[in-house]
Amino acid sequence: MDKRLRRILPTVQKPARYTGGEYNEIIKDKRDVRLRMAFCFPDTYEIGMSNLGMRILYGCINAVPEFWCERVFAPWGDMAEAMRRENIPLYALESGDPVGEFDVLGFSLGYEMAYPTVLDMLDMAGLPLRSAERRELVPLVFAGGTGICNPEPMAPFMDLMALGEGEELDLEILRLFQRARDEGWTKRAFLLEAAKIPGVYLPSLYEPVYNADGTLAEMKPLPGAPERVTKRIVEDLDRAYYPTAPIVPSTEIVHDRVNVELFRGCVRGCRFCQAGYAYRPIRARSPETIIAQGIESIKNTGCQEATLLSLSSSDYRRLGEVCDGLLEYCEPRSVSLSLPSLRADNFSMELMSRLQKVRRGGLTFAPEAGTQRLRDVINKNVTEEELLNTCRIAFEGGWNGIKLYFMLGLPTETDEDVVGIAELADKVLHTWRKYSPHKQRGVRITVSTSCFIPKPHSPFQWEPQVTMDEYRRRVKLLRENIRARNVQYNWHDADTSFIEAALSRGDRRVGEVIEAAWRRGARMEAWSDYFDFKRWLAAFADRGLDPAFYATRERGEDECLPWSRVNMGVKTELLLRERHRAYEARLSPDCRVQCSACGASELLPKGVRCDG
Amino acid sequence: MDKLRLRFEKSGKAAYISHLDLLHVVQRVFLRAGTPLKYSEGFNPHAIISICVPLSVGMESVCELMDFRVTREIDLASLPEELNAVSPEGLRFLVCYEPARKAAEIKWLRCEGLLEYDNGAPDISALAEFYSRESLPVLRRTKRGEGVLELAGNARDFAFEPAEGGVRLRCTVSAAEPAVNPELLVRALEQLAPELKPDFASWKRLEFYDKDMTAFR
Repeated sequence: MDKRLRRILPTVQKPARYTGGEYNEIIKDKRDVRLRMAFCFPDTYEIGMSNLGMRILYGCINAVPEFWCERVFAPWGDMAEAMRRENIPLYALESGDPVGEFDVLGFSLGYEMAYPTVLDMLDMAGLPLRSAERRELVPLVFAGGTGICNPEPMAPFMDLMALGEGEELDLEILRLFQRARDEGWTKRAFLLEAAKIPGVYLPSLYEPVYNADGTLAEMKPLPGAPERVTKRIVEDLDRAYYPTAPIVPSTEIVHDRVNVELFRGCVRGCRFCQAGYAYRPIRARSPETIIAQGIESIKNTGCQEATLLSLSSSDYRRLGEVCDGLLEYCEPRSVSLSLPSLRADNFSMELMSRLQKVRRGGLTFAPEAGTQRLRDVINKNVTEEELLNTCRIAFEGGWNGIKLYFMLGLPTETDEDVVGIAELADKVLHTWRKYSPHKQRGVRITVSTSCFIPKPHSPFQWEPQVTMDEYRRRVKLLRENIRARNVQYNWHDADTSFIEAALSRGDRRVGEVIEAAWRRGARMEAWSDYFDFKRWLAAFADRGLDPAFYATRERGEDECLPWSRVNMGVKTELLLRERHRAYEARLSPDCRVQCSACGASELLPKGVRCDG
Repeated sequence: MDKLRLRFEKSGKAAYISHLDLLHVVQRVFLRAGTPLKYSEGFNPHAIISICVPLSVGMESVCELMDFRVTREIDLASLPEELNAVSPEGLRFLVCYEPARKAAEIKWLRCEGLLEYDNGAPDISALAEFYSRESLPVLRRTKRGEGVLELAGNARDFAFEPAEGGVRLRCTVSAAEPAVNPELLVRALEQLAPELKPDFASWKRLEFYDKDMTAFR
């Protein structure tokens, strides 16, 4: 270990997150590998190590003998400061080698607020921030993840973007890069060749042209640019790589457990939800594979908890079978099985009762809106009756805490909808009073609201966000209407949501703002410890831009959107149809009841059906 | 066979695993190795594992002791290797046995420190003289607030030798009543003889002893 590092580690909080050396970490001999990649996660170790995508790609890339993929996380403030003071460059956990010496840096971007941290990590690695300033072929800096399904805000900094799922795409990029490096190609020659790989978005091949009013006129394709770049998917999850010997952290992380992935995509089509559209088509793993991978992972890690992951677990067709198979292994070994993302229906409750036999803590539901009308607008197919019925079963079954998540500021929301949230919470409380067999234990009902953020590739991508003042007024209105002592109300800050909204639908000029914010000290902006609203306003002002233009302005349906060159699989006409249905409060059936012909199944090979 | 004791090393990267995290890490090592650990009863069962003398983060040790319980007979001779095969870097199990004595009988700890001086080490004799003072009151912060600990009598048998980058020091400190963290030896220099203060110090535990200076196992 570096002497300077040895000296600062005892002075920082939780040093174990900066050392590597965990069980199942992949160590290779530098002399045996042909290409070294730094998998960079622009947040802390605790967050990054909880991310399934990162664990899949880490294992998948390392499964290639001549590639060595190592992990890099963003150091917390105290560590970052100490490293800069001691001139220690950003290093990878496995080898301890400086990231700047790697062949490839791949950033995993899951959320917009991580953008400035990417710049900070590049800077700590000693690399120029902008793709254009990095003239040599090596290192290649690219990004993937849902945080770049609008690639434009981070476009100036990335050599290329990998759209969609990375299991196959990343390897194709790395193989081409290895060839380019061995044969001494120029960076430009490599990038032009890489642009031919389906799923690769090359920012430098599209030139944004703006109208006088600041809106986009077009994303002009330059020679060699594909008309649209279509995201990549893994076609067959049963045959896809899955990490069954994941790294076991030696320190506490956010989700410290075995992850078992059920399926990808979602059949529900909630209109505010980016994931529900961007992860289509629906592809399921077979119960046999899931059970085998789950048991294998538990054996290889010694974890005492396993969790079944997907966007909506209740929609996995053979969920009962999977639970039976895993419980058979888990129960005698005191391994607990948890099942997040359940819908509020009877079936789910029966399942929960089977899984959580002893520790019955809290249950979480996300009705998202307070009235049936607004739930119909957003296509959240949950009725009040279903929700209350589920609560009754939960209270009867011994649960005594329920968390309810809502959004304020959804399109067409009125004061009646806001007050409806308080009324719904009251009804849940009444349900508890009526049905709980343990009233002496009390009940905790938590209502949380966040501010709706319109996201690219969702039917609400054209919607304005409500202004911060309006959001705060609605929070106040709701607060005044929640009177019961047992109901606690938490709300998300208006200013973080506003900035997130501005970044999320930003164009390439927002990249300049991100850089300006970083120059003013922004990093780890997803953390309230570090988020600074005034700094963001100053950064927008630095570049002569107004965040409201991006956050609270309604886009015309014919307006050119910054992500218009990206095809996530779902047709724009479908998104528009859903948007129009929202205004009529008209529901769309889920994919299982009736296929909406969204277009995503075209990503599958001929003869393979979407599991929707 | 029910109660067992393991002697293990914690060094290198593993030195940065905190005491609480280590309990968690070790529990998973046992699970991976298939050791029949005994669990507490009740709603929230946890493995019955205890580390005899908690070790500070960043400090290494070649003499850690951990007590645990099993539900059936196991092969003690092969256990350390089985555990090592599924342990993170820096954690190495040395030997497993049925303990004859209680951890409360631990009284002294032999430890080794490397005092690093970037601009030349002081004379070893100056250090030796300092630590042989009749009184070495050190101000220290504990959970109960600030207090003064008298090092003299609680740290003894000093030996010094020149080492790369500084001075290697060996000494025996009281491990119980009072528990003296070897880092206090550097604190004493900072407070009482700043001219001898090193730029950095790292520590390693070598061996535990009882009150009669018999090695404790």
